Amino acid sequence: MKVNLKIWRQAGPDAPGKLVDYSVENIDPSQSFLEMLDTLNEQLVKSGQEPVAFESDCREGICGNCGLVINGIAHGSKGGCTTCEIRMRQYNDGDTITVEPFRAKAFTLIKDLVVNRSAFDRIMSKGGYVAMNAGSAQDANLQPIHQDAAEAAMDAAACIGCGACVAACPNASASLFVGAKVSQYTWLPQGQVERSTRALKMVKQMDSEGFGDCSNHAECEAVCPKEISIANISRMRREFTKALFTR
Amino acid sequence: MINLKEPQISSVCKKMLTGITGLSLVLFLVAHLIGNLTLFAGPDVFNAYAQFLHHFMHGMFIRIAEVGLLGFFALHIWSALSVQRSKKKARPSRYEVNAYAGGASKKSIHSLYMAVSGITILVFIIIHLINFKYADHEAVGTMTMENGIEVTNVYKLVVLTFQGNFGLVLLYMVAMGFLCSHLLHGIWSAIQSVGLTRPSTIPYLNLVGMAFAVALAVGFLLLPLLIFMMRGTFDPNAVPEYGTHARLMLAPLAPWILG
Repeated sequence: MKVNLKIWRQAGPDAPGKLVDYSVENIDPSQSFLEMLDTLNEQLVKSGQEPVAFESDCREGICGNCGLVINGIAHGSKGGCTTCEIRMRQYNDGDTITVEPFRAKAFTLIKDLVVNRSAFDRIMSKGGYVAMNAGSAQDANLQPIHQDAAEAAMDAAACIGCGACVAACPNASASLFVGAKVSQYTWLPQGQVERSTRALKMVKQMDSEGFGDCSNHAECEAVCPKEISIANISRMRREFTKALFTR
Repeated sequence: MINLKEPQISSVCKKMLTGITGLSLVLFLVAHLIGNLTLFAGPDVFNAYAQFLHHFMHGMFIRIAEVGLLGFFALHIWSALSVQRSKKKARPSRYEVNAYAGGASKKSIHSLYMAVSGITILVFIIIHLINFKYADHEAVGTMTMENGIEVTNVYKLVVLTFQGNFGLVLLYMVAMGFLCSHLLHGIWSAIQSVGLTRPSTIPYLNLVGMAFAVALAVGFLLLPLLIFMMRGTFDPNAVPEYGTHARLMLAPLAPWILG
């Protein structure tokens, strides 16, 4: 099959960017979206042009590295998957596909489709951890945890930090990411030590990174490859308020 | 302890403020609608209700309510506009292609244009206050209640305002359209903003919020529409027949209204 591409090309953070038209032929429908981009890059290299810069690592939907806005939707229109999990059979022969980077002030563009998401790391450094006793691990069954709590914690902890929530949010808010990260610790005994300050510190860092405020559009949940519920944002707000009054 | 430094800057506090003030304003709308609907019970009931509002707690109630509402509106507008401002700063370069992801998303024209619908509602409220609160109350005269007390005939004011005034009725219809749009996203969003949702309740709260939005808008439109369309039913110079519904409905409030 053949697809026409409109890809955002930008040489550097401050360079002007624009959509450039490409065409890729002989695509196998079972190829992934990133393999299709690999094919394009092979073509570009062969013809002496600069290949398109894009990020990827595991290519199996767990690392959170890849992330592109495809036809206006972060990680494409399939839903519940990362960009690397998209197969070309989803498209029709001759389709035109627009590919843009995740756009947010807090995600500075490095080159073409690659953005710097270290703002997420700085948010995590403010409270995305738990206090641990050094030494040998205690018995795993010493502290019983309700199955519902374990499930809820896992649902939130499924976040891979890809940043699609920010990319999809009309306000470029990081609320779903921070909501998931705050929530995952609230359900488990290990998370209780820092609980009273975690939400305050992480939200403060989120605000200072230049992310926008949340307007509850829930577009983030719709594009999240791990389908994390916006109820986690609600939980973060409860945690924040509780911390504000109890700290 | 409450940290006074955090609330001034935090995005979560702004959302809480928008949500709490928004929900409070929705409660006001419910009370306002119930009050409006007493018009259909006749001039005596509606005028008695208006009299009650203005004389309850020696007139203090309405003053406190007005100041409170003004404060809630101001806080709601400030916090919501602050969210809007952050939006522009947070995404300086726009997408070339914009789309709706569908599925769990609640992004719609209603959610995207909350500021537009909100500002339109604000303009409408000013017109609405000019129409009724700051109208010439002396011109409509008074009505004698069952116990001989003279009260301002606001029934006559309302009926005269809408009767034969198609332009104004149309304006109210458009305004209620914007109110409906604002609340279609606003009600459920306010509940989410104050952190009262769970994964299992979000779809229901969203539906209930939307149903409530439509019910409020339709409820408010009943009054101007019916007065405009059923000219014969609403007589601005109607004289109440005492001893019927007025006594029954307002008996519990009688000490405040008529005393």
